[in-house]
This record gives sequence, structure tokens and C-alpha cells, in this order.
Amino acid sequence: MFKEEKLNEILEKKKQWEESTLKKTLERFPERKEKFKTTFNEELKRLYTPEDIKDIDYLEDIGFPGEYPFTRGVQPTMYRGRFWTMRQYAGFATAEESNKRYKYLLEQGQTGLSVAFDLPTQIGYDSDHSMSEGEVGKVGVAIDSLKDMEILFDGIPLDKVSVSMTINSTASVLLSMLIAVAEKQGVPQEKLRGTIQNDILKEYIARGTYVFPPEPSMKIIVDIFEYGSKYLPKFNLISISGYHIREAGANAVQEVAFTLADGLAYVEAAIKAGLDPNIFGKNLSFFFNAHNNFIEEIAKFRAARKLWAKLMKNKFNVTNPAALRLKFHTQTAGSTLTAQQPLNNIIRVTMQALAAVLGGTQSLHTNSYDEALGLPTELSATIALRTQQIIAYESGVTETVDPFAGSYVIEALTKDIEEKALKYIDKIEKMDGMVKAIEDGYIQKEILNSAYESQLAVENGEQIIVGLNKFTVEEEQKSGTILKVDPEVEERQKEKLRKLRKERDNDLVKKNLLKLRNAAENKENVMPYILEAVKSYATLGEITDVLRDVYGEYHEAVIL
Amino acid sequence: MEKIRVLVGKPGLDGHDRGAKVVARALRDAGMEVIYTGIRQTPEDIVNTALEEDVQIIGLSILSGAHMKLCEKVLKLLKEKDANIPIFLGGIIPEDDIPALKEMGIKEVFGPGTPLETIISKVKEIANSKEA
Repeated sequence: MFKEEKLNEILEKKKQWEESTLKKTLERFPERKEKFKTTFNEELKRLYTPEDIKDIDYLEDIGFPGEYPFTRGVQPTMYRGRFWTMRQYAGFATAEESNKRYKYLLEQGQTGLSVAFDLPTQIGYDSDHSMSEGEVGKVGVAIDSLKDMEILFDGIPLDKVSVSMTINSTASVLLSMLIAVAEKQGVPQEKLRGTIQNDILKEYIARGTYVFPPEPSMKIIVDIFEYGSKYLPKFNLISISGYHIREAGANAVQEVAFTLADGLAYVEAAIKAGLDPNIFGKNLSFFFNAHNNFIEEIAKFRAARKLWAKLMKNKFNVTNPAALRLKFHTQTAGSTLTAQQPLNNIIRVTMQALAAVLGGTQSLHTNSYDEALGLPTELSATIALRTQQIIAYESGVTETVDPFAGSYVIEALTKDIEEKALKYIDKIEKMDGMVKAIEDGYIQKEILNSAYESQLAVENGEQIIVGLNKFTVEEEQKSGTILKVDPEVEERQKEKLRKLRKERDNDLVKKNLLKLRNAAENKENVMPYILEAVKSYATLGEITDVLRDVYGEYHEAVIL
Repeated sequence: MEKIRVLVGKPGLDGHDRGAKVVARALRDAGMEVIYTGIRQTPEDIVNTALEEDVQIIGLSILSGAHMKLCEKVLKLLKEKDANIPIFLGGIIPEDDIPALKEMGIKEVFGPGTPLETIISKVKEIANSKEA
């Protein structure tokens, strides 16, 4: 980007600066640490200058927003046109209670819904299953059948509000329920907007809500792609998630590398099934973490976007710009929140959210400050939403596109993260792809090593966490008012199920479940059959049981 | 002195195992024999493994909010089998629940941000105390 002559001059001056100005200062005031490092263990330089970006070609590497390689953003005008979707992840107890929280959040200016399901729903157990005991309605809303889903979206117009659902191994069932509710509201599925997470690979890596082994899991995902590319043109059929990979302890480079490697695995599987990446590529979306290191995080988002566009173009010959763009949702890093001095979390979340916005996110969830203590209350959830609104309307960072572009350190780190992530991706490819690397435990081990290292850095004071290992105070009562789920919720859900099983047409349910079994056994696309079963009020557990029976269950190899 | 044998287990459906794994590794680095069960274990699985492996102490990690029911079950099963193995608990545990958990028989509860050093020394103390 600079003429060689000019660069040499800068280099010469830098040397002079180091020998005179800098040296004197260092003698009198040594620096705070011997080494300043990124999360991926790269030494961060004292000073970045044009020299550090001399190999970057503006037109090739950075370019213009809305154009390949999309380093500066996926839309030409970014937030000057429209803000990101403010989408707070919420859900607890029953469909009735979650429905109330959604309506409240929408009234407060939230622009999209993001549904948190409880663990039994995520793993395909009905609320009355023995494995569900104690878990019903705890980390999200309990959904057993279409009946619950009708209540969940009661009074919420599905043609106007886009709905994101954090659901993976049972995504096919919950998506079918959403389609069925929309139909009942008079909204054709073609008009549905939203996202299903539907990313099973990161479940094996980091989050643990898998049900089936990798192969049938990938098959179901491809079934959803196939169904969705026909009938759900406005819906993101997957949200390839680095969020949980980062929460499990990965650093910024690993987050980008493992997420994009998962993405490549899905694209390959879909191509193998005969789908066209120029078409289904548009319906892919991503989900990243916004962690603490502000500068590194901005660079991370830009690097991920650029690398994905390059991979799609070079590996799969994708030419459709819409299928090259990496669109992503961001959530602030839950694992960085401290139970100690919890109000400090509001500041952490603000900075993380700001990094996400400066990194060009399409959708954002800001965590509530009390999440290291329990489920967010209405008050803490409101503050979290207000944080986004203040960034959007007051901070000024939304008035120009990709404002940190051209910063020497941002561009240098963007390139560095891209290159290091690509190295990992190449290595995974040599290991025969992501599915194999996960089955071998390689990815899990890499992440655990990073998690352990960063914990040790906190323990020995190398990494400061305010209120935790520095500036600590004797803690008063920590919890204050945190949200508690009434233990009665479980009983109420069980009662609802008993009633449902009595009232529905059980012969029809049986018939539909049998059809689904045949389809799964014959390797047909299971989506239409799940949809039919859902409409006859077959429960989530019943449907998943049929698939469990045909596909088997996955058990992880324990890695320490 | 013999090595302390400790079981680190994740009962229930919660799959967030970073804390459990980091603690397991730290206990191992501190010289203990650590048996890690992996995620999604039933209380029965955990108690059976603890007995088979003949551990002196059990650590449970639960972040989903299901800790009351799950701890109660594990303790009940241990009692039925006449096994006197102390339990410590880690995860997102509301302060209000801690007195009830201790009354139930949970020896120690470690919230988020607890230094590994604290966990290691407490585990040693509990495992070595005779009256456990």
C-alpha cells in the first residue's frame, strides 16, 4: 500500500525512534510486562506501522464493503442502512412464560426473537422422560409438542418477526413445529424469516447436546438444506457456531479455524448430496463470540469473513456473491462474566458488543450481567438490550462503514488470524476432515489445552480479571434477585403431556411415526415426514425416539 | 501417602464441560488419580463408577440449574449403597441454594471464578479427613 521508498524512510525513522526516544523512556520506565501477547500466543508488537501491512494489497485483501472478499462487511452501506438485528437469547420455564418475556422484549425495541430451549427439548426427551428430571424449563423453554409451540408464538406475527432457534440435534422437529405454527397463523412457510442453529459438529466439540452419531446427523442437516432451499428461501438453515467453541476455551484463531472447518464439512456434505453451493450457500450463516480483547476481536470478524469468501471461491468454485458472504450473529462471551462484582459485567458486555459492531455483525445478543449467577431477570435483560441501543444510536460508530479499517494493527492482525486459521484448516483437511478430527478427539484436545493454559494464566496473575484476581472486595450477598424457575413447571409440563396424549388422534400419530421410520430406514429426506408427524401432535420425544432407533446414539470418547 | 482418588462427574443433561475438565486436569496435576466420567451421566452411573473405581471423593459439575434434584439423587443412592463418599459441587449454583445443599450433605460448593488452588486444597482436606 506504500511505495518502497516511503517504507524505507519509515523504517529508517523507526530505527532512530527506537534508539533515541524509545530507549530513553524504556530505561526510565520499563514496560509493564516482558511480553504482550494475543490470545493465540502471538507476541503483540509495541507499535504497528505501515511496514506491518506492506504485503497487504488494498483491492485484493480489503476491498469494498458488499464486495469480495467482504473484509469490510457484507453490505455496501452496513449500519447506515439498517442496524444489526437486536436479538436477545431468551426462554425459560413454560411456553406461556417465555411468550410473555418475548412480548416484553419486543415492546422494548428488540427486533428479532431468539429462542432458548431447555436441555430435554434440545436432546429429544419429553418432559416426562426420566432423563428430564430436574432439567425441565431450566436453561430454556420446555417444548414437547406443537401445542407448546402454538402457545410460545401466540400473538407474535411470524411474517413480521424473524425467529432464531438455538436447536441442533432436534432442529428438524422444532423447525417443523415453527412451519406448522406459521401455517396456523396464515403465514406460508415461504415468508418465514429466521435461523435455526442446526450445527451438530460443534455439539460434539463443545456443547454436548448431540443425539445421533455424526453420519446420520449430517444426513439430517443435508435433508434440512434440501427442504429449505425449496420452501424456506428467507430462512438461514444453519448457524455455524464458533461461539461455543470459544466458550469451551478456544482462542481467537481456533474459533475461526474450527468454525470455518465445520462450515466446509457441511458444504461438502451438501454438494455430495447433489445440492448447488451457489444456491444453498446463501442460506448459511455463522455465529461468533465477542470476547474481551477488543482489537483482536475486531480483526477476528474481518478475518473470518475474508477467509470464508476465499474458501468458498477457491474450493467450491462458488461465484454467486450472496453465497460467498459470511453473515454472522454474535453473542458476548458468557464465560468472561464474573460472579464477583457482577455489575462490572455490564462494562465487559459493552466493550464486547462494541467489538462485534466494529467487526460488522448482522445480529447481536448482549449477555445480562447476572448470568454468572443464574438466569437473567427482566431488569438485567433490559439493560443488556439497552447496551445495544446505546451503541447503535449514541456511539457514532454506526455512521461510517468499517471504521477501523486501515488501522495498522487491525489490518496486520486480520491477516495474521486469517493465515493462522488457514493453517489449522489445512491440517484438519490432511486429517481427513472435520468429522474425523472430532472423532479422534483432536479438536477437543486443542481446545482443552487452551482452556487450561488460560486458566493457569489467571491463577498466576498473568491475566488480570478485575474483581476476581485484582481489585477484589469482600463480597456481600451475591445473588440479590436472580430469576428462579418454579419447580412446579416440571409437573405442569407433565400434566399437559398426559392431556395431549389422551386428546390427540393416537392412531394417526402411530401411522405418521411409522411412515417416518420407513423414510429414515430408506434414507429418504425425513423433513416432510417429521412435519406430518408434528402436525398430528406427535411429541418431540416420540419423533426423536424413532430416529434414535434407526440411527443409533452417539457416545463421546472422554478426553482429558 | 497414597494418591487421592477422585471422580469428576457431570450428571444430568448439561454439556458444558470446560469447568469440569479444567478442574479434573488441575487435580491430576496436583498429584491425584482422577476419573472423569464425561457428560450426561445419570446419578446411577456416577454412583456405580465411584464404587467401582473406589474413589475417596466425588466432584459434580452442574450448570443447568438441575443441581438440587441431581445432588439429592446422588446422595440418596450413595446412602442406599452404604457408601460414605463425600461430594463437592461446582457450577452455576445460586447462593440461596447453598445452605440447603450443605444440609443435604454436599461438603463444598465452588462457584464460578474459584481459584484452582482453593479447589485443590479443599479437595485434599475433605478426602483426608477421617470423618468424611
